[in-house]
Amino acid sequence: MRHWPQKALLALLLLCLLSGANLVLPSYALAQAELPDVPLADTALEARARKLMKDVRCVVCQAQSIDESDAGIANDMRRLIRSEIASGKSDDEIRHYLAARYGDFVLFKPPFKASTALLWAGPFLLLGLGAVIMVMFFRKRTTTLAPGSLSAEEMRRVEAALQEGPLQEPPLQQTGEPATRPDHGSGA
Amino acid sequence: MRRLFFILPLLCLAGLVILFWRGLDPARDPSSLPSALIGQKVAEITLPGLGDRPGIASTDFAGEITVLNFFASWCAPCRAEHPLIKELASLPGIRVVGITFKDTPADSEKYLAELGNPYLAIGVDDSGRAGMEFGLTGVPETYVIDREGIIRYRLAQPLDAGRLEKELKPLLAELTK
Repeated sequence: MRHWPQKALLALLLLCLLSGANLVLPSYALAQAELPDVPLADTALEARARKLMKDVRCVVCQAQSIDESDAGIANDMRRLIRSEIASGKSDDEIRHYLAARYGDFVLFKPPFKASTALLWAGPFLLLGLGAVIMVMFFRKRTTTLAPGSLSAEEMRRVEAALQEGPLQEPPLQQTGEPATRPDHGSGA
Repeated sequence: MRRLFFILPLLCLAGLVILFWRGLDPARDPSSLPSALIGQKVAEITLPGLGDRPGIASTDFAGEITVLNFFASWCAPCRAEHPLIKELASLPGIRVVGITFKDTPADSEKYLAELGNPYLAIGVDDSGRAGMEFGLTGVPETYVIDREGIIRYRLAQPLDAGRLEKELKPLLAELTK
């Protein structure tokens, strides 16, 4: 009997909790009135459904796929994908259905078409542009260095300059040092 | 060629300034998604009515200018926009209809009894499947459908007085002409 007041308190507390839960639960349950998300019985079909879910973006969370999102709409889409797969629709048909309603954004891998062409081809276009610029740059450099680009008059002047050779060299000559290098190949 | 080397960085800078300037616009919502169904025919749906009210069928949209509003009793922003939906319902020449989204009929009834019913017809979408046909991302959402049954406008957020005056009313006036 010594414990009676404590027990009564506990009972009262429990009662409060329960009634509190009763007050809170219905509205919560309504907001979350989601139908259960049941995997398909056929494991092969379920695997296909899961694979497709990983490629479909949750339109509420946007950075998550519907496979990993808890949003209500993601749950709806998962149920849709499962029921469509169970009724024999192909993956592409389901993708097309979703993209037609939510836009290509709903697919993590948007299809290649006129409006997404730049998105897909853009990186390759830039790479190509870079290659063209590079080729132009190097071509220009090599052509200015090529001997064939000199005119006959220029070639004659080059020959003349080469023959004059040592005379054109700076002051070293005047110090009396020999024109050929000494000890070439015999030194340490 | 040398002039290009002076102009190019300036052009890049100008491009970036425009980009950043637009990014700083407070009215811009980077997470808002384009509505894929604008300009498309309304999806084929048939929804039972709430209680003994008429339901929604896509064939009803022909010949009428319709404002379709998705709502639910558990959705707080729906309550906030409700007076504006009533205002829309009072405009001549248009038909305002609703779809309750994932709500129990009893709660929808309570919501309408409390706030008033501006809807001429109310469909019940308990599975969310009809919402998906519209590309719905949440409630509330509001659509304008023209006489040919083509979706002309979609608002994927609660209606506010500014949008009602600046976007919806001019569009409805143009459609009812």
